[in-house]
Amino acid sequence: MQSISETQRTGASMAALALAEREDEVFLTLTVAGQTCSIPVLLVRDVLGPQAITPIPLAPAEVAGGLNLRGRIVTAIDLRRRLGLPPADNADKAMSVVVEQAGELYSLIVDQVGEVLPLPTAGICPNPPTLDPLWRDVSLSVYREEDRLIVMLDVERLLNIG
Amino acid sequence: MDDLLSDFLTETHEGLSAVDEALLRLERAPDDAPTLAEVFRQVHTIKGTCGFLGLSRLEKVAHAGETILGLYRDGSLKVTPEGITLIFAAVDAIRKIVVGLEQNGQEPDGDDAAVIAALDAAARGESVALPSAPQAKAEAQVEAAPAAAPAPRTPEAVTEAVQTESATAQQTIRVSVEVLEDLMTLVSELVLTRNQLMQLARVSSDSQISVPLQRLSHITSELQEGVMKTRMQPIGNAWAKLPRLVRDLANELGKKIDLEMRGADTELDRQVLELIKDPLTHMVRNSGDHGLEGPADRRAAGKPETGRILLNAYHQGGHIIIEIGDDGRGLPVEKIRAKVLAQGLTTEAELAQMNEHDVLRFIFRPGFSTAQQITSVSGRGVGMDVVKTNIERIGGTIELRSKEGRGTTFTIKIPLTLAIVSALIVQAGGERFAIPQIGVVELVRVGDEHEGNTRIEMIKDAPVLRLRDRLLPLVSLSSLLRLREAPVGGLKGYVVVMQVGANVFGIVVDRVFDTEEIVVKPVAPILRHITMFSGNTILGDGSVIMILDPNGVARGAGITAEGRAEDQQTVSVTAGIRSDSSTSLLLFRAGDQTPKAVPLGLVARLEDIPVERIEMSGGTPVVQYRGQLMPMVPIAGHWEAPASGRQAVLVFTEGQRSMGLMVDEILDVVEEPLVIQPGSDRLGYLGSAVIAERVTDVIDTVYWLSHAGGDWFRGDRKSSASHQKPRLLLIDDSTFFRHLVVPALSAAGFDVTAVESPAEALRLRDAGVEFEALISDIEMPEMDGLSFARNVRASGGWMRLPLVALSSRAEPEDVARGREAGFTDYVAKYDRDALLSSLRECLSSPIAA
Repeated sequence: MQSISETQRTGASMAALALAEREDEVFLTLTVAGQTCSIPVLLVRDVLGPQAITPIPLAPAEVAGGLNLRGRIVTAIDLRRRLGLPPADNADKAMSVVVEQAGELYSLIVDQVGEVLPLPTAGICPNPPTLDPLWRDVSLSVYREEDRLIVMLDVERLLNIG
Repeated sequence: MDDLLSDFLTETHEGLSAVDEALLRLERAPDDAPTLAEVFRQVHTIKGTCGFLGLSRLEKVAHAGETILGLYRDGSLKVTPEGITLIFAAVDAIRKIVVGLEQNGQEPDGDDAAVIAALDAAARGESVALPSAPQAKAEAQVEAAPAAAPAPRTPEAVTEAVQTESATAQQTIRVSVEVLEDLMTLVSELVLTRNQLMQLARVSSDSQISVPLQRLSHITSELQEGVMKTRMQPIGNAWAKLPRLVRDLANELGKKIDLEMRGADTELDRQVLELIKDPLTHMVRNSGDHGLEGPADRRAAGKPETGRILLNAYHQGGHIIIEIGDDGRGLPVEKIRAKVLAQGLTTEAELAQMNEHDVLRFIFRPGFSTAQQITSVSGRGVGMDVVKTNIERIGGTIELRSKEGRGTTFTIKIPLTLAIVSALIVQAGGERFAIPQIGVVELVRVGDEHEGNTRIEMIKDAPVLRLRDRLLPLVSLSSLLRLREAPVGGLKGYVVVMQVGANVFGIVVDRVFDTEEIVVKPVAPILRHITMFSGNTILGDGSVIMILDPNGVARGAGITAEGRAEDQQTVSVTAGIRSDSSTSLLLFRAGDQTPKAVPLGLVARLEDIPVERIEMSGGTPVVQYRGQLMPMVPIAGHWEAPASGRQAVLVFTEGQRSMGLMVDEILDVVEEPLVIQPGSDRLGYLGSAVIAERVTDVIDTVYWLSHAGGDWFRGDRKSSASHQKPRLLLIDDSTFFRHLVVPALSAAGFDVTAVESPAEALRLRDAGVEFEALISDIEMPEMDGLSFARNVRASGGWMRLPLVALSSRAEPEDVARGREAGFTDYVAKYDRDALLSSLRECLSSPIAA
């Protein structure tokens, strides 16, 4: 992490400098069932379009199956099912966000992938106590934007299945 | 120079270089615990090994170094630059001795008293005069000299020593695990790419590429074979030194030890072999040192004087299993408990909730050792954690079984994560699966009868196949994996005949494709609990496919039943009571007119024995049964031999042991849900149930088995009994209060789980954990007891459970509020008798929602 920030510093660009200093606050937004969520961009290895997914019998319901990412097997997690949401109408347009966790690759299947943006600390609020317990378990906090709320997901918890 | 010594020298050279490097790091960052641990382990390894080689001089220096490092590691001594200099001096002294050893095959004469004294002084916390270190260094150099040449020509001796050192270092080339891993990964990827190309070539008819492609394919196969071959070695290579080690160990400790090695020709990956060599040595050493008792103790325990260490290796599915067992004293559970507490590794409350197995696993924690004395062999708390770390590094697992007085067995399971295997690709329920070719015996086409094919027949719901002279049990892959059901009109398709150990069975699949070379890749951790699969892979067409584990399939289908008979029996006792589904029950009469029942699964046989054959032995009726004396227990209490007639007996069997329960009359076998009404205090009975429309006593099999005398379910009895204790969940945010209540309730015969917040309790509920009653505090942060009660009553698996409130506020209005929220009862904090009687009342009557 330090090496990245140092190479970027030598890049002399003020924007890069600003970004580097707050690199742990940069997130990728994604949408499931109309709700915008975010995960730290540093965890993201790939974003893929619709994929051929091999179902895995007897696996936990949240596991959509396995997919091939350039010769590596990625376990796909259906984020809708993980968050207790109904299946999507147009599941064939679903996107995969590939994240790495303890050396293993997982893909989070989401409806849409949004943009990469910083979420400054000032806008972060704790989870409302009324939040669904399932969501409370995987949500770190909520970010306030003017026109929408972003649920900041904890990837480690998301992958803590079974 | 024998192999053992030369290996030791190579290892020690490497170890010393690593220590040098680590010490330098430590000097910069004296608080770096991992580095400190690394230095400690290296020095410990050197010391441990030289103990067995009889290198006493080396051992003394290493021991002194280890002592001070141990103090650093435990934090009882602060790391100082002076201390590090001293350790450097010790390392130099060791190196000099090693060099002498290399030249002459024995330790050079000399005295390291100065270094050792300095180290010991430092270990006592005394400040040490620095000059002593260089002095010791000089001495060591001088001492090395006579070994090299008669005259004390110090500089030359040193030069020579350096040359010899490098000579040994070059005898073997060590390739880092990473390089091997990369090489293997590359070959794996190459194989996959080759497969993909072949697939493409099959579709297109471009003859131009077919020739070079064949060539590529050929080379790939050879390369693959070559890489595999360089890596495969029989495990016996890693064991070769163990007999000697055990012999020396036996002499040193005054024990008699017999080492048995099975499966020495089991081949495994070189890299894996290298990595498990040290852990294996460590564990065998531990077995000999801690596990086995001395001859006198063994005699006293009624065991043969000679202790046994058994090493066993075999392939199982995609894994290699290595067992290291001894028939010694077993792990002392209570001592471990005490030690765990003394070292502050967990709290008393947490420990109280742990089962024996969890407690035993503490021996894998760093710095944990139960050995009373620090011997030169082991007992410094380095060892099992290193073993575990090394095994986990290669993706393996380590399990242990231990019975006090009977011995300890460690089971190491190492997955063949890198292996390339040939597999049969099949389809079932619309999905494709790979079956490792190694277990496949033959393929049989089944279905269309008129075409002369074999047909699958059904015995009730069990499909079977007549295959030549045998009846082959079948497993439908789609129903086993809960895929789409097989089409109506009977099973058809193919039967893959598999052999797993001694069991032969068939897997019914819809289609069979060809065989393909596949690279076994481990599944993601969140899928590891699915025992049906040994891994997954990518096929030539780029799709992901699951690899079936023949063992898992056999177990899942109930084909193998070996090994865990005891557990199954215990499980069936509880399953028979708790599940709502039907159970086969044997009804009989004994003593009074109330019918009695026992789950049929527990009964091995029913016998009708002529009374003349029942004899008395020591006041107990016995019968000669299948070459053994079987104790007979009368369920009616006492028994007097009638003059003639026959005696109905239910025979229970476990392993070699049998017990007969004498009953008056066997009535019937019925299949009904078993719902036991608790509340019966009668010994030997679990309670009553309504079976076949009559009130029936359900007998407590465990009680009667234990009555047959001896040690039925020794060690297991407690656990099976605890299954029948009412399980309680206590929710209280006060640690003090949890400590107060848990022992009291446990003593009163409850199985208590304590959590500190309602949120935690609800997590247990959502995880499907079952209890018979809940006890909750009212005033708690975040969620209080009242909202917890409302939550429990609103939904989930605990809706109907008795819920007892415990509160310091027990005014009538509080009680009313509690009841309104859904509490069954309200008890003042802390009225022990009131709580117990409330629980008894709640548990004895069915709960109205």
